[in-house]
Amino acid sequence: MTDEHAGRRLMDAGGVASAEMRLVGGIVGKINREERIFLAGIPTRGVALAARVARALRERGIDSGLGTVDISMHRDDLGLREGVSALRGTELPLDLERWTVVLIDDVQHTGRTARAAIEAVLAFGRPRRILYGVLADRGGRELPLCPDATGTVLKVEDHARVRVRLTEVDGDEGIFAS
Amino acid sequence: MKWTRKDLLALSEMSAEEIIFVLDTAAEFKDVGRRRLKKVPSLRGKTLVNLFVEASTRTRTSFELAAVRLSADVVNITAGGSSLSKGESLKDTAKNLEALAADLIVLRHSAAGASRFLAARLGAGVINAGDGSHEHPTQGLLDVFTIRERLGRIEGVKVGIVGDIRFSRVARSDIQALTKLGAEVTLIGPPTLVPREFGRLGVRLTDRFDDVLGELDVVNLLRIQHERQKAGHFPGTGEYASLFGLNASRAARLKQGALVMHPGPIHRGIELDGSVADGPHSVILDQVTNGLAVRMAVLYLCGSVPPKEGE
Amino acid sequence: MSNSMNIRGGRVIDPSAGRDAAGDVFIAGGKICAEPAEGGVEVDARGLVVCPGFIDIHVHLREPGHGAKETIETGTRAAAAGGFTSVVAMPNTHPVADHPGIIAWMLERAAEVGVVNVFPTGAITVGAQGEQLAPIGAMAAAGIVAVTDDGRCVQNHEVMRRAAEYCGMFGLPMFDHCQDASLAGPEAMMHEGYWSTMLGLPGWPRMAEEIIVARDAMLAEATGTRIHCQHLSSGGSVRLLREARLRGVPLSGEVCPHHIALTDESVRDYDTDFKMNPPLREQADIDALLEGIADGTIEVLATDHAPHAIYEKEVEFAAAPFGIVGLETAVGLFCSILLHQKGVLALPELIAMLTANPARLVGLDRGTLSIGAPGDVTLLDPDREWTVDRSTFASKARNTPFHGWELKGRAVRTVVGGRTAWEVGV
Repeated sequence: MTDEHAGRRLMDAGGVASAEMRLVGGIVGKINREERIFLAGIPTRGVALAARVARALRERGIDSGLGTVDISMHRDDLGLREGVSALRGTELPLDLERWTVVLIDDVQHTGRTARAAIEAVLAFGRPRRILYGVLADRGGRELPLCPDATGTVLKVEDHARVRVRLTEVDGDEGIFAS
Repeated sequence: MKWTRKDLLALSEMSAEEIIFVLDTAAEFKDVGRRRLKKVPSLRGKTLVNLFVEASTRTRTSFELAAVRLSADVVNITAGGSSLSKGESLKDTAKNLEALAADLIVLRHSAAGASRFLAARLGAGVINAGDGSHEHPTQGLLDVFTIRERLGRIEGVKVGIVGDIRFSRVARSDIQALTKLGAEVTLIGPPTLVPREFGRLGVRLTDRFDDVLGELDVVNLLRIQHERQKAGHFPGTGEYASLFGLNASRAARLKQGALVMHPGPIHRGIELDGSVADGPHSVILDQVTNGLAVRMAVLYLCGSVPPKEGE
Repeated sequence: MSNSMNIRGGRVIDPSAGRDAAGDVFIAGGKICAEPAEGGVEVDARGLVVCPGFIDIHVHLREPGHGAKETIETGTRAAAAGGFTSVVAMPNTHPVADHPGIIAWMLERAAEVGVVNVFPTGAITVGAQGEQLAPIGAMAAAGIVAVTDDGRCVQNHEVMRRAAEYCGMFGLPMFDHCQDASLAGPEAMMHEGYWSTMLGLPGWPRMAEEIIVARDAMLAEATGTRIHCQHLSSGGSVRLLREARLRGVPLSGEVCPHHIALTDESVRDYDTDFKMNPPLREQADIDALLEGIADGTIEVLATDHAPHAIYEKEVEFAAAPFGIVGLETAVGLFCSILLHQKGVLALPELIAMLTANPARLVGLDRGTLSIGAPGDVTLLDPDREWTVDRSTFASKARNTPFHGWELKGRAVRTVVGGRTAWEVGV
């Protein structure tokens, strides 16, 4: 089915929920009990997803910190895009060296966002380690960066634009390609 | 909104929304200044030229540090050491800078409109760091940033700007930013230095500092220049200080929590007493710190907009 | 080439004779005559206005000394292209036209390369420095039609008074660029008002002009010498002029197109093509100037054609020289504003302000179609619509604020001494 705004639906709300569960499972599999986990969402939908992951981890008895990493200042395409968006703010713990930062994003594509997010975290401080979790991996990497936890792997054309919609942000739920 | 200006020339041409956008961006950059690594790679590989045809160590240093923290390469050119002092026109100087692939030019110039002149002729972004008596937009932005940070709002705040309004680019930028954001502005000084034409912008004018002092939330004191005395705008610094200087006894009548501002450099004992400059009302050093954040924001925003085609 | 011409079938307007009727104008041997000239060039003027050649009493030809801006050759070509058959040249050349040698050189040069008549003025004071009287008598003998320190205004009232008394001997009018140098200080760049305040550009107030207009009224009254106030920009000047003229004081005034076409707001982008002296003022001033034109207080229209090289104008506002070119846009602007938009003048009145009135002011036997007068004729199409394109200017200079303006009214042929000096392209 198609939606005139979002394009072709690849996954419905149920699909998103299962992907989310796999993402959480993947993260749990990568961390150990002694670690202090800080979930850092990459705006815009990564922030909403990080909050969902935090709830899911708490249900499994794992406490985590929750914040955001704004990658704007670390982008490598400044000057190539029309218009500059507002900065979203970075919220990370001041004692970053005691934390494991888990970057959360909705879709991984080229890997450039992940690179910028890693740099943004390192500019802020020196965490124990950084993990990277995405709801959907659509392939098409331009940098050698792979997620540590993935909700789902999508098969789409290289030029396709994949969009995740989340209730908190968009009012409905699903994954679309256009 | 999205930021689409490659140049920052005057606050008179900016909307309230744009001004707030810069302030919000500056707030983020102020956070960056508190981090372990105070540098971000936003302008990596870009070249910024500080073209200071009129001397100003403070503003130039602030822009330079802002650019460095954004990872830009910085070249400083001051009038004395440049071909401008050998009669090269501003246009030719700028074209040469562009031929060297400068991405951003920060211009301080004694002629009003000089930055607009350059911006109209260059693909590179042009940031006005003060053009004659016209505007000093980053100073206006850092002043409203400081007021907003300290008082939590701009709207309805009562701001008095004291002194040489007529020749002040700082005053013009402050008046533009403050009135657009809803502050109540009073211009204070002798009629020789406070042109009544400003009334058309919806600001109040008075030559009676003492009558309005007690109601002000912010007192912004402008630097008084000795040239004005020679030109007959006021008889002397002693008389000026007694009528319009913020001395200790006037400061004692300030509202609690009122802010005292000054764009610097201060003439202690003329515009304000040393004890006031260093006293509890003073946010003069905040202005310096915030100036850096505001200039980072401006360079980041203008430097991130694609250059104009052609030219 | 023949200097005889038969211009037939036009609407002939000759304000000097109160003539406005369909008819023919004949020129034989370079002079207006009563009968068709045998072998004369035949010109079909149907649908056109035929009037005496326009006279611009305020032109900067820039020669000698500033050939990069304009020359006598290019300046007179620009005049012809604007419908002017005679120009009065200002003396602020380099060196200043303050002695008969320069006047003689200018006249020789004009005879050689000029395509319209050139009438020089001489400086009032040596070097236009405002101190010592220039050899006015010798310059009068060499052919000047007026004295002026245009561009500078004699500040010393005693010097100006003595100059006025002295000029009386030769019947020469004085042209004054009315500007008090202390009120309009050396940094003043535009009208003092809201826009100068916003733009941070030092302004010069109306009173800097008015105070000198008032002085000149007193001096003209006391000495009996005609003083002509150039390029009036301020409403207050019009009031002073009106009052003086009502009392019979030999004081007169002129208005330039830009001062009735533009206000100080035009400076808002620091475009140096809007930087002129006197400056563009406010709508109230425009209204007063139009009123002065309508009621006869102001009886001469002029251009203050002030050419500058592109490189001189393409600089910061403060560094740019004052002035704009005017010869090729003036008639279009005057027709558009005074006839079509504001309707303050009838066509014969407008033509009088460009012909008989300036001729009378500087004592020329021109500005008339009376028999025996020089065969200077302008063919005018007051309704012709055209767009200003500075790239087509005959002038060397391009400094006009009117590029791209759509105007109504244009000279279509300029006849000097019975020969076509310029004709509009199709």
